[in-house]
Parts: sequence; C-alpha cells; structure tokens
Amino acid sequence: MFVDTVVEDKALHKPAFLFGLSIAVLAIFFTFNFTNTIFGEFLSPVIGNPEKSGFFGRLAVSFVLTILFVANLLLISFARLKIQILIVWIELFLLFLAFAYSFDLEIAYIFSGQPSKIGLMISKGLFTTIYISAVSILIATAIAIVGAIAKLSNNGFAYAIASFYTSLFRGLPLLLQIYLIYMGLPQLGFMIDAIPSGIAALSLCYGAYMTEIFRAGIQSIPKGQWEASRALGFPFGLILRKIILPQSIPLIIPPTGNQFIAMLKDSSLVSVLGIWEIMFLAKKLGAKDFNHLEMLLTAAMIYWLLTIILEMIQARIERKYQQKT
Amino acid sequence: MANNIKMQTNSEDKPIISLKSVSKWYEDFQALKNIDLEIKLKEKIVICGPSGSGKSTLIRCLNRLEAHQEGQITVTGIELHERMKDIDTVRQDIGMVFQSFNLFPHLTVLENCMAGPNWVRGIDQNEAKERAMALLKQVKIPEQADKYPEQLSGGQQQRVAIARSLCMQPKVMLFDEPTSALDPEMVSEVLDTMVELAESGMTMICVTHEMGFAKQVADRIIFMDEGEIVEQNTPEEFFNNPKNNRTKAFLDQVLS
Repeated sequence: MFVDTVVEDKALHKPAFLFGLSIAVLAIFFTFNFTNTIFGEFLSPVIGNPEKSGFFGRLAVSFVLTILFVANLLLISFARLKIQILIVWIELFLLFLAFAYSFDLEIAYIFSGQPSKIGLMISKGLFTTIYISAVSILIATAIAIVGAIAKLSNNGFAYAIASFYTSLFRGLPLLLQIYLIYMGLPQLGFMIDAIPSGIAALSLCYGAYMTEIFRAGIQSIPKGQWEASRALGFPFGLILRKIILPQSIPLIIPPTGNQFIAMLKDSSLVSVLGIWEIMFLAKKLGAKDFNHLEMLLTAAMIYWLLTIILEMIQARIERKYQQKT
Repeated sequence: MANNIKMQTNSEDKPIISLKSVSKWYEDFQALKNIDLEIKLKEKIVICGPSGSGKSTLIRCLNRLEAHQEGQITVTGIELHERMKDIDTVRQDIGMVFQSFNLFPHLTVLENCMAGPNWVRGIDQNEAKERAMALLKQVKIPEQADKYPEQLSGGQQQRVAIARSLCMQPKVMLFDEPTSALDPEMVSEVLDTMVELAESGMTMICVTHEMGFAKQVADRIIFMDEGEIVEQNTPEEFFNNPKNNRTKAFLDQVLS
C-alpha cells in the first residue's frame, strides 16, 4: 500500500480526543460493571467489600480501568511501529488467555493419561491433519489447472463439464459433500475408506475454488504474451507451460496459500467420518471425562499455531517470487 | 488503384507473400476490402495510413494472428486458412515485432532470444545461445543479455524483440508500428537497427509513420485508408507525385 508522505498528528496526542476517548471508555467499563471481578477484589482496600460498594465502587473500578487503558494506549503510541505491533499482539493474546482462564479449566487434564492426551493429539491427530491437507491441496492444484484450462477453452464439452463442476462443488456445503462421497459412492459399488473419501471431498471442493483462482491468474496475463508466442510459432501447450503459467504463479500463490490455510481448518470436518485427526481426537478425548473445553482449546491452539507457521511460509514464498519478476 | 505500375525489384519474381481479394470483417465493420497484393523476396514494404485504416489488421493477417474471411493469403508458398494443420511451422518462418514489444518478462534477454530456437525449433542450448548472442551483438546490446526486460529502456527492449524474432531465422519480418510506443529519443536506435536489417537483404513489411525511414529503405510504399489500398508506389513517386487526394491529404498531415 502507498503510505502518504504527509504525516498527520497522532489523534491520541490531542487532548480533546484523549478526553473524549476517556469518557467513552469510562462509559463502557461502567456499563459492563467489573466490580464483581478480580478488579473489584484488587480495589477492595479503597472501596471495601466489592459486593456492597454500590455506585461509588462501580465508578471507582471503571475509573481505574479507564486510566490503565488510556495510559496503556498513550504509552504504546510513543513506541516504534514494530514495538507497537508486538505489544498489542501480546496484550491481545493475554486477553485471550484471560478469556480461556475464565472457563475454570483443568489444564493438567490435557497432559494426563498414558500416552498423554496432548501427545496423542500431536503424534496422531496433527500428523493425520497435515497428511490429509497436503495430499488434498496437491490433488486440488492438479484439478485447478485442468479446470482453468477447460473454462478458458472454446470446447463446449470441456467448458460445460468444468463450469458444472465448479458450480456444484462451490454450491454445496463441504460437510454435505463429505457425507455424499462417503455414503454415496458405496451405493455405486465403490467401497471407499474414510481417509480417501475425506481427501476426495476436500480435493474436489477446493479444486473448484482454485479453478477460479487459476483461471483468473491465467487471464490476467496480457494478450500480447500469447500473440508474441504465437507469432514465434509456439504450440498451445508450450505457451501455457513456459510463458503463461510461470507468469501466473506469482499471482496465484497468495490466494492459493489462503486456500491451503482454509483447507487445513476445514479438514476438521472429516472428523465426522471417524478419521483420527485433530478435531476428532479433541472431541473423543474430552468426552470421556466431560472435559470438553480443555481438549477443544488444545485443538484450537494447535490449529492456530499451524496456520501461523503456514502464513510465515506463504510470506516467504511470496517474497521469493516477487524478487524474481 | 495503382496496381498496374511497374515495380522495380531486385530479386526473383516469385512472390513470397500474395493476397488475392482478401476481405475481413469485425462483426459488421469491414476492416479489409478486397486487398490484392504481392510481395517478392527481399522486398521492403512500408504500409502507412491514418489510424483505423486497416494497416495493422492487414499485417496481422499475414501470420494469421487475425483471420480473414474472404480471399486467399499465401505465405512462403502455403495458403493460410481456418483448417490448416501447420500454422505453427508457417509462423516460425515469419518474424513479428509488436508496438508493445511483448517480451517475456520472466525470462532474461538471452532466454527471450533462445526460447524460440531452443523450444520450438529444437536447436540445442549451446547453439541457441551462440545464435542469440550473435544477434544481440547485431542489435548492439550484448552486454544486457542477462538482464530482465523491465530493466531495459523501451528502445533496448524493442531491439531485443527484433533479435528474438531474428533468432528464428525467418524468411520475412513483419513490423507493426515498432516505434510508436517509444520515447522520441529512442526511435532512431530502433530505426537504425531496422535499416541495417534491410541492408542485409531481409524481406520486410513495416507498418509505420516514420516517413524518413520509408524514404530510406522502402522499395514500395503502400497507402491504406478505410480498409483499402488507395495507392502504392516507389518512395520518390509516392512523396513527390501522389496521385490520390486522400494520399495528398495524409502526406500533408504527416510531413508538415
């Protein structure tokens, strides 16, 4: 994005804005009433028993929170950009932890058992999730290249088949596709295991989305590239392989990376087939002792960490391709 | 029409390109009207005319980047038509230089020049490289061989495009307004390259507004307007003694 060369004063450094913001924040804290939380206990030397502190207590708690909040903003605003981003990230993460903490979880449960529950989720679940997603994205990419060429061709059959395919698989919920493939194919006489049918459903669904990404990528290459290759006597396949696709790839990679990240999370849907991936294990392990939230949160953290890693890899690949062209 | 004027040509009489009453339409608009034209080996033709006169369309029909609907186009002895099987082999013998260069941005200058011989003609890499370097020397930019097209000026890019076409060792070169997209100070370096190519005996068909170039190298100048060949003549006759009123009006505008 273009960053303008004219710098405006930071709004936070204008007294009027700061005052207005403080009033608004105070109002919010007052409305949500934090008197009966840890903050109220913390202020009990001043306001006495939080439960009996009434209007004054509520106002005092809100006031202290407001001061903390606004001071925090003001301090961060003086830091350098990278530090700002880091601090805000950490603070938001701490808030998220506080949210999870409020569930009153039994953290030790996650590490209990032989082998430990988290160990099982990583050794078995994480492996299965990555395996299913990686195979599916490879198949989906192959489908997408063929689908994109078919959608750009003048062949009526090819276009009709490809557009019917994208329409159908983009039009049905993924969960429904998983059921249809797992339960439908045996009706035709194909006995198919859970993992292959899960992979088939994910590949077909994401292949349909990626067909559109590849089509747009190919179409965004200027017509002159085709004309120049044609004028040199290149046959169609050679133009596509050597001239058009290499130029489309830098355009295709960012949305394809997003698709991969989305697929990684959507692979949790194949848990309905009883595949031992992260989501299935989270539900299964937690259900035994009714400690659902512990295991679900563990699964959440594994998915999140995984997507963060993938985003970093994606950013690195993008940079590599940007340098080359 | 001035087809009956005797042309002085310096080579064999068999035409390398011939068009017989060629017509082309875009939807309802007729872009080419009954074009008759014969071009001999080693002849240098300049096609000029106001914009929208069909000159680019005509030249793009010669390697069938555009399809004509009526008449016959024969290039290097092969007729171009809708159902032909070997259009790629015909195109390999016809070089084309575009207004917008159309270099392959993901390949280096050298790779751009090697692409055709190596991938299409099947010439091995070392020989293709040698040939590419020789031609880059001929267009006077061998030192840019390892750069990418976007690192070059417009004039340099167009000279690479010329070298890229020549690497296929074509029998004919088509130029579609090769200097129209260039900054003024870069026009002459491209024209110089084209003059040298003309002197080497290449058969050339150039759509251009560069009348100085036309005077210098053309054996014949063709003036087109509204999809027709209005007048064709030697440069001397064409500039000094234009027959048609539309030609006169056009010359008044470009020469003033």
